[in-house]
Amino acid sequence: MATETTLPIAPPRPAFAVDPRIVWGVGLIILVAPLFLAESYQLFQLTLAAIYAIAILGLNLVTGYNGQISLGHGAFYAAGAYVAAIMMDKLNLPYWSTLPAAAVLCGLLGYGIGLPALRLGGLYLALTTFSLAVAVPQILKYKGIEAWTGGVQGVLVTKPDAPFGLPLNSDQYLYLFTILVALGIFLLARNLMASRIGRAIMAIRDHGLAAEAMGMDIASLKTSTFAVSAMITGVAGALSAIAVEFVSPDSFQVPLSITLFVGMVVGGVASIIGGVFGGLFVVFMPNVAEGISKAAPGVIYGCILIAFLFVLPGGVAGLLRRLAARLRR
Amino acid sequence: MNGFLHQVIAGIATGGIYASVALALVMIYQATHHVNFAQGEMATFSTYIALTLVQAGLPFWVAFFATVGISFCIGVVIERVLMRPMANAAVLTHVGLFIGLVLVVSNLTGWVFDYTVKPFPTPFHDGPLLGGLVTGHELGSTAVTLVVLGLVYLFFRHTRLGLAMRAAAFNPVSARLVGVRVGWMLALGWGLAAAIGAIAGIMVAPVVFLEPNMMLGILLYAFAGALLGGIDNPGGAVIGGFAVGVIENLGGTYIVGTELKLTLALVIIIGVLLVRPAGLFGRVVLSRV
Repeated sequence: MATETTLPIAPPRPAFAVDPRIVWGVGLIILVAPLFLAESYQLFQLTLAAIYAIAILGLNLVTGYNGQISLGHGAFYAAGAYVAAIMMDKLNLPYWSTLPAAAVLCGLLGYGIGLPALRLGGLYLALTTFSLAVAVPQILKYKGIEAWTGGVQGVLVTKPDAPFGLPLNSDQYLYLFTILVALGIFLLARNLMASRIGRAIMAIRDHGLAAEAMGMDIASLKTSTFAVSAMITGVAGALSAIAVEFVSPDSFQVPLSITLFVGMVVGGVASIIGGVFGGLFVVFMPNVAEGISKAAPGVIYGCILIAFLFVLPGGVAGLLRRLAARLRR
Repeated sequence: MNGFLHQVIAGIATGGIYASVALALVMIYQATHHVNFAQGEMATFSTYIALTLVQAGLPFWVAFFATVGISFCIGVVIERVLMRPMANAAVLTHVGLFIGLVLVVSNLTGWVFDYTVKPFPTPFHDGPLLGGLVTGHELGSTAVTLVVLGLVYLFFRHTRLGLAMRAAAFNPVSARLVGVRVGWMLALGWGLAAAIGAIAGIMVAPVVFLEPNMMLGILLYAFAGALLGGIDNPGGAVIGGFAVGVIENLGGTYIVGTELKLTLALVIIIGVLLVRPAGLFGRVVLSRV
């Protein structure tokens, strides 16, 4: 049996030998600065980028780290968004309560889809999840659940205002809220991947047989990874419903899943921080692409994806890692 | 009862389309062990080429064969330029390439030929036959599918080239050692698949009308059909394609309604993979570890 993958694995320590406190400080300033500098619409775009970053992180756990290729993560994103919208609009529950609910429901959903996915390798899993992505809008439009999902029309929700009398408008508050949630999830994911479980997840990707011989329970680890991944992407979906204030079947067509996949490759496969670059890329790239050619951002998108696979298989994160390694030498 | 019969026959007719796309998928799989996601988009692009040729005044069948030839070349070029340098890369890279191809080809189609829905001419007698049970086009396209299947079967079973292609996919190293040019066999496989895809596109376009996303759902059903029949068996894939067409039509009419037809394909795919991953007629692959 040939070795399965030769993906880059993140080094355990940051590449630069800089005091971590400085890194944290600069990072926090970069995150908070837009609150005071950015216009409302730019802030909204940054919020979206953070949301996509979370979703791409979820996809990266299962595809990048565990080697199970999913092209249907848009389905979990959609599920999370609909959970949030229905809870806020139909049940009048507070916005923050939708995140744990979306996490639990998408986790279960991911577990359920992970079970049959266990039997599929590589391309089969990719195509099955792809067909899931194709089927999602149809399921959302289904007449039988129209009372909840609003059918073709979708569901409208309202942005929350800042609590505790914070001097922020709702866009600013939502940005802050999203950044905090994202920070929490990214830290959890980083710790997970640095742990024993994380190494097991990667071992399964690199050599399943050897991993099994070392006593790892492949079936349970693969389904759990799928569930955790779906959970994270579901939370991102819930956040997106709150930020966009609207869900409809047409927002969750196939391109969404493809966007997440492209973001993952561009940001960096099997890299936690890659999600951030991926999120920024998928939000801001279409603007740039439309500047180059009004007619076909999709063509440019596809070309960039192919170019990355050829030239920078490690994505932006891989590039930075290489540069840092060169600087340290 | 007449309604039921009509649904079955209409299902066989649409099944013919799925069968030909499924055949193209299996062709690629046989020749390269890839499942090409961009198959549908490539077929749509080919169909636009055919429409352009027809509108330029060529007779239908001349345009048909010219398109098949052009598509063959496109397939070969894509393999040579995109897939060849990545032949030994991870599966994830291949999937990435396919996705990139989907994005480029589908948007290029919309860009070059615009997004309006266009009618497409049929070469067959266009009217109801057999007391209104089938249209001439349904009968004709099914016949074309069967002819293509026959040709593919003959090619793979009874020509040296076909044998060489099977050998290249089955065991590349040994095939190379006995003098088969494995790299070119893969390119040939891509070319053949693109050509078959083009035929499927031309046959389906008069039914569903031509637009850039024409093949998305069809590809899904075709994949379901290919899996149902067995991904490594061309004959099985064709039978699977016909079966999916009938299941889709009957299921859509009597069980789930037309809104959930695509979900039916998803259910078929997951069902087959869970119950019998090799498909109805596929070979169960045992691997030595």
